[in-house]
Amino acid sequence: MRKALSFVLISVFLVVALLGTVSCKATKGTLQEVTYNLGTEPATIDPALSQGIPEANVILQVFDGLTRIDKNNMPQPAIAKSWVISDDQKTYTFTLRDASWTDGTPITAYDFEYAWIRALSPETASQYAYQLYYVKGGEAFNMSIKSGTKYYVQAVDAKGNPVTKSVGGKDVAVPDMTKEIDPSKDVGVTALDAKTLQVVLESPTVYFLNLTAFPTLMPVCKAVVSTNDKWAADVTNFVTDGPFKLTEWSHNDKMTFVKNPTYWDKDTVKLSKITYLMVTDESTALSMFQNGQMDVGSTVPLSELPKLVASGDAKIFPYLGTYYYMFNVTKKPFDDVRVRKALTLAIDRNAIATSITQGGQVPALAYVPNGIADAVAGSDFRTVGGTFYKDADIAAAKALLAEAGYPDGKGFPAFTLLYNTSNAHKSIAEAIQQMWSKNLGISCTLKVEEWGVYLDDRNNLNYQVARAGWIGDYMDPNTFLDMFVTNGGNNGTGWSNKTYDDLISKAKVTTDPVARMATLHDAEKILMTDLPIMPIYFYTNPVLITKHVMNFYQSTLGFVDWKNAYME
Amino acid sequence: MLKFILQRVLSMILVVLIVATATFFMMRLLPSGPFAREKKLPAQIIQNLEARYHLNDPLWKQYVDYIGNLLRGDLGPSFKYTNRTVNNIIDDGFPVSATLGVVAVLLSVAIGIPLGIWGALKQNGWQDNVVMFVALLGVSVPNFIMAVLLMLVFGLWLHLLPVAGWGSIRQIILPAFTLAGYPIAFIARLVRSSMLEVLRQEYITTARAKGLSERLVIFRHALRNILIPVVTVLGPLIAAVFTGSFVVEKIFAIPGLGRYYVTSINDRDYTTILGVTIFYSALLVFMNFLVDLTYAWLDPRIRYVERKVS
Repeated sequence: MRKALSFVLISVFLVVALLGTVSCKATKGTLQEVTYNLGTEPATIDPALSQGIPEANVILQVFDGLTRIDKNNMPQPAIAKSWVISDDQKTYTFTLRDASWTDGTPITAYDFEYAWIRALSPETASQYAYQLYYVKGGEAFNMSIKSGTKYYVQAVDAKGNPVTKSVGGKDVAVPDMTKEIDPSKDVGVTALDAKTLQVVLESPTVYFLNLTAFPTLMPVCKAVVSTNDKWAADVTNFVTDGPFKLTEWSHNDKMTFVKNPTYWDKDTVKLSKITYLMVTDESTALSMFQNGQMDVGSTVPLSELPKLVASGDAKIFPYLGTYYYMFNVTKKPFDDVRVRKALTLAIDRNAIATSITQGGQVPALAYVPNGIADAVAGSDFRTVGGTFYKDADIAAAKALLAEAGYPDGKGFPAFTLLYNTSNAHKSIAEAIQQMWSKNLGISCTLKVEEWGVYLDDRNNLNYQVARAGWIGDYMDPNTFLDMFVTNGGNNGTGWSNKTYDDLISKAKVTTDPVARMATLHDAEKILMTDLPIMPIYFYTNPVLITKHVMNFYQSTLGFVDWKNAYME
Repeated sequence: MLKFILQRVLSMILVVLIVATATFFMMRLLPSGPFAREKKLPAQIIQNLEARYHLNDPLWKQYVDYIGNLLRGDLGPSFKYTNRTVNNIIDDGFPVSATLGVVAVLLSVAIGIPLGIWGALKQNGWQDNVVMFVALLGVSVPNFIMAVLLMLVFGLWLHLLPVAGWGSIRQIILPAFTLAGYPIAFIARLVRSSMLEVLRQEYITTARAKGLSERLVIFRHALRNILIPVVTVLGPLIAAVFTGSFVVEKIFAIPGLGRYYVTSINDRDYTTILGVTIFYSALLVFMNFLVDLTYAWLDPRIRYVERKVS
């Protein structure tokens, strides 16, 4: 008996040990192969259906748009070799270069036209369709109602309210059969010939060439996509035009890309193979990185970050985003700007950045983060705009609170601070709770909610003060500022200011870059005077990266591009 | 016997339908929906998405459609993973979870039973103390601690095994041992106590008195009897191993089905929540059914026949 048992136990250990010795660590040398942790399974690889950063980080390797963002965050010619912009800055005429799809067929202007119309079609239900609302007629087409094979404008009554009919207890929009939308005529994207694409915009959009590098605006091969709606379900029919080609997609596990031999700029591409892993657990990712199982990782455990940065195993990249608290200005006491300002001044952002978040975050003394170019070449919107208040200006905060009728916080009603489940949000909320209590003598209770519940409460103004974050969609101050217009979908605070709304509308139609930026600076000044939100810090994007990876590029939008990277 | 099986199959289908119905309506009571984002989507885009997934139909119609499709074996498209269906997700994920689960269950039986017997035979000796200590550790150390510990020792310190990932036999070892930790300990304790009890039975004394070798006494006479409690716990244990793999799958970056159990709820991915829940509940009732059948085979006193009233 004892022998039998010992045998079982010994053999188990032997198997473990034997399998262990088979492990031979492959020497990387200067093999042009890299392993990257994407951090999660991408929701899709279809550019029109992209939902966020993980999808973009796949799509940008396998697709090339009209333009591509370079390492200075500026758009450069890609599939478009040149373009002409009309004097009113509303018509762009792109000339395409000779380039081909991975199946060998040439990329034409018809492919772009097809891809953009497809992304805007209501039945595609693209979440990023709004990145094409700049194109003339784009928003109207995306809002249209399909009836049979045709699209119609939604019917409205004499007052301009949408007409609906009740179907089984639900209100359904009704099409106006007299107003047809024909996307081939009514949407401002037209292939003049195989190599010429004409785009007409709703209004001048100075950052349009940035947008043409965005995943939603990537071309798709019309011949393939129009005949196969499962083209992006796996790698078999996934015809693309970028620097790399997707050869394997094992869900929730990994993706393999190889250099695309048909890419027009293939001589620039040095990497021969990229492997994406989908490790969600940050500590596991770090262990794999330390064990040599990955070279670059998109997630870093925050507690280890300072140590990793010091040892050179992690780098902190700028990230176009602002972490802030929002006030529900429709409820007392936050309808009083003095209260909002007192709360904004009474916190020590520097302490939060250096001892809590520890990822090189910049204390936010304004709303629009660093990293967006201003009108004059080489200038930064933030540097030009300056700051709007001092960090931890406690004396001023106290004075404002007293002026509002709450000297030393006396009589200040109890309120709750809402955030969604996350250790980072919790630590920050606790610190701020304590700062308000110490500096102003006011107390608040913390309320944590699951993501969906939190979003629901936030959207319904069912909160007093809530945590929020905003990541830019494109590199222009507008992506941060236009959300706070009256009743804007992402305003979320109940704040409304007529002058602000006018400035944002004015900026949208101003073509002169200097005047336009001045208008946006004015708008930000109003926002930062009225303070419906309290900026806390500007985000950063830490990345695990070995010293062997050269030319790694991650845009301020958080998009990774491997086109120019190589191993050393 | 056939009638028993038929009855059980019918009640199993009923249970699954009840689970499907309850889940369908309960998840709709959750605040927010599949298209809620911190960056709120424009109203017309939400409208397009709802139309695409038929979420603008009345709820009763959605339910009827869903059950209709379910009976045809179609679990619908995932709301989160645009190009995938829930059937797809289960097809990809379940074999992985099942492989890991089966290896873990085999490990727990192959290690747990001998450990328990060994402990019982050397009752109160040092071997017994070692077994009980290991069992105590296994029962009390949570699997996420075990996972990190194994990773650290075998991956980062000894460099014997990859710390995480999936695809090779070497990558199964650490997660399988993590997952098997609790069952090994549980089975070892169970086997030890029932073995001690069985060894005091008269038929064992008889067997020994007949002059049978100790090996025969243990393997032929005692073992079969201690298997009954083991099989009883094995049903729920297998279920726990299969469904409880969420943490292990996440930590070891394994592309299994377990993680969808939690992530789909966070994403409000309605069809995936339903599909995974229905699939797992079907699996559970089926496992219990198998356990019941195994009893009959192990214990001649249990036979699923109608009692004839004479």
